Amino acid sequence: MSKRRVVVTGLGHISPVGNDVSSGWANLLAGKSGITNITRFDASDIACQVAGEVKGFDISQYISPKDARRMDVFIHYGIAAALQAVADSGLDDVADLDKTRVGVNIGSGIGGLPLIEETGVARHEGGIRKIGPFFIPGSLINMVAGHVSILKGYQGPSYGIVSACTTGAHCIGDAARVIQYGDADVMVAGGAEGTISSLAVGGFAAMKALSTRNDDPATASRPWDKGRDGFVMGEGAGVLVLEEYEHAVKRGAKIYAELVGFGMSSDAHHITAPSAEGPARGVLNALRDAGLNPDQVQYVNAHGTSTPLGDANETNALKIAFGDHAKKLVVNSTKSMTGHLLGGAGGVEAIYSILAVHNQVSPPTINLHEQDIEGGCDLDYCANTARDMKIDVAISNSFGFGGTNGTLVFKRV
Amino acid sequence: MENIEARVKKIVAEQLGVNEAEVKIDSSFVDDLGADSLDTVELVMALEEEFECEIPDEEAEKITTVKQAVDYVTAHLNK
Repeated sequence: MSKRRVVVTGLGHISPVGNDVSSGWANLLAGKSGITNITRFDASDIACQVAGEVKGFDISQYISPKDARRMDVFIHYGIAAALQAVADSGLDDVADLDKTRVGVNIGSGIGGLPLIEETGVARHEGGIRKIGPFFIPGSLINMVAGHVSILKGYQGPSYGIVSACTTGAHCIGDAARVIQYGDADVMVAGGAEGTISSLAVGGFAAMKALSTRNDDPATASRPWDKGRDGFVMGEGAGVLVLEEYEHAVKRGAKIYAELVGFGMSSDAHHITAPSAEGPARGVLNALRDAGLNPDQVQYVNAHGTSTPLGDANETNALKIAFGDHAKKLVVNSTKSMTGHLLGGAGGVEAIYSILAVHNQVSPPTINLHEQDIEGGCDLDYCANTARDMKIDVAISNSFGFGGTNGTLVFKRV
Repeated sequence: MENIEARVKKIVAEQLGVNEAEVKIDSSFVDDLGADSLDTVELVMALEEEFECEIPDEEAEKITTVKQAVDYVTAHLNK
């Protein structure tokens, strides 16, 4: 029996470059950075004082203020992106939609760290009675999926995969398999993150993982540039509606692209330092799942975080996976504009990959003025200006701490 | 007394996300104002905060209406 096909019929997006898909995509194509100095808290004692914060977001457009108060911000972003995606898909207009066949898989890398931090302080200062009853349900990672299933009445599988910065990609890939396997016909899938807090930024800064270009935030994320000095934290959520092909066609749904492949692998190497072989195997597993040859891919939405080691390593991984064809790829890092959304990255970057296929254009990798060719970063990274191009197949790479890799493959329909 | 009642009603309205006009002296948190078990726990925490008192769990369980909250606070503030 052949695999059931999975297509993308809805997109939803909250990110540092825009609180809906169309404004975010327009800003990416225009090369606008969403990185600024940190405003959420006083970061003056942290080496890194820049981040991609979500701006002007109003959760009360999506849920009641009473409910909103009882959950951490990553859940807000996840719910908002999910509701946008569902609205975009037109599923609400399907009168006979079998909601027992609709599921949700939205994860987060570190979940409710700000609320954990805040509650820890309250407990320390005021004692055990200061821990509120909504602390646990307000910080649990699977509660994005939980809330979306409750809000929409979706009674299929509800869960969230946790795999650090590969979270979003793993959630989407696994959700597609739930559809392929026949456990659901529709899955709302993606990743969410909201941890611009002192504990999280301080934690990544303690690893020396973050850029310290505090005097010029918009240029702090500069993948493959010689001046790159670490990643910039972002926040937000990217959520897709995935749907079985016949189910989508039957209801006349708008189809953005087909999710034709998903691959995973582990480095089995180090908790934070990357290896080239692990990501390369993930890419090849995804292409094998898609039944595609490497030379059929034109666009790569790279993990591309702007760390000295990671950017060169991913370039090597792509050379291993694609061989000579690597030179013909456009390898793009939208993190140059959004920063790194951690568990949300795979979600928003899946959307950017889908829109690249759908609109036949690669966003730019901004701040790439002195390409680090000596450091091994010698591919075509679509520097600084968006490019119209033929894209039949796009892949989206995500790599996470623990050496966990995921690659999604989207094909033009 | 009136002052306490007004303050309690304000907190109840805020915590349960209802209009203050809906909050009557005889309103039950669960039956009339739509609270669930977690809401009532948080409501008691908010009352403790507002009136700078500590309401023991066994007392808190008996506070299920606006009037019971007002009576409890009044009795314990007068001590």
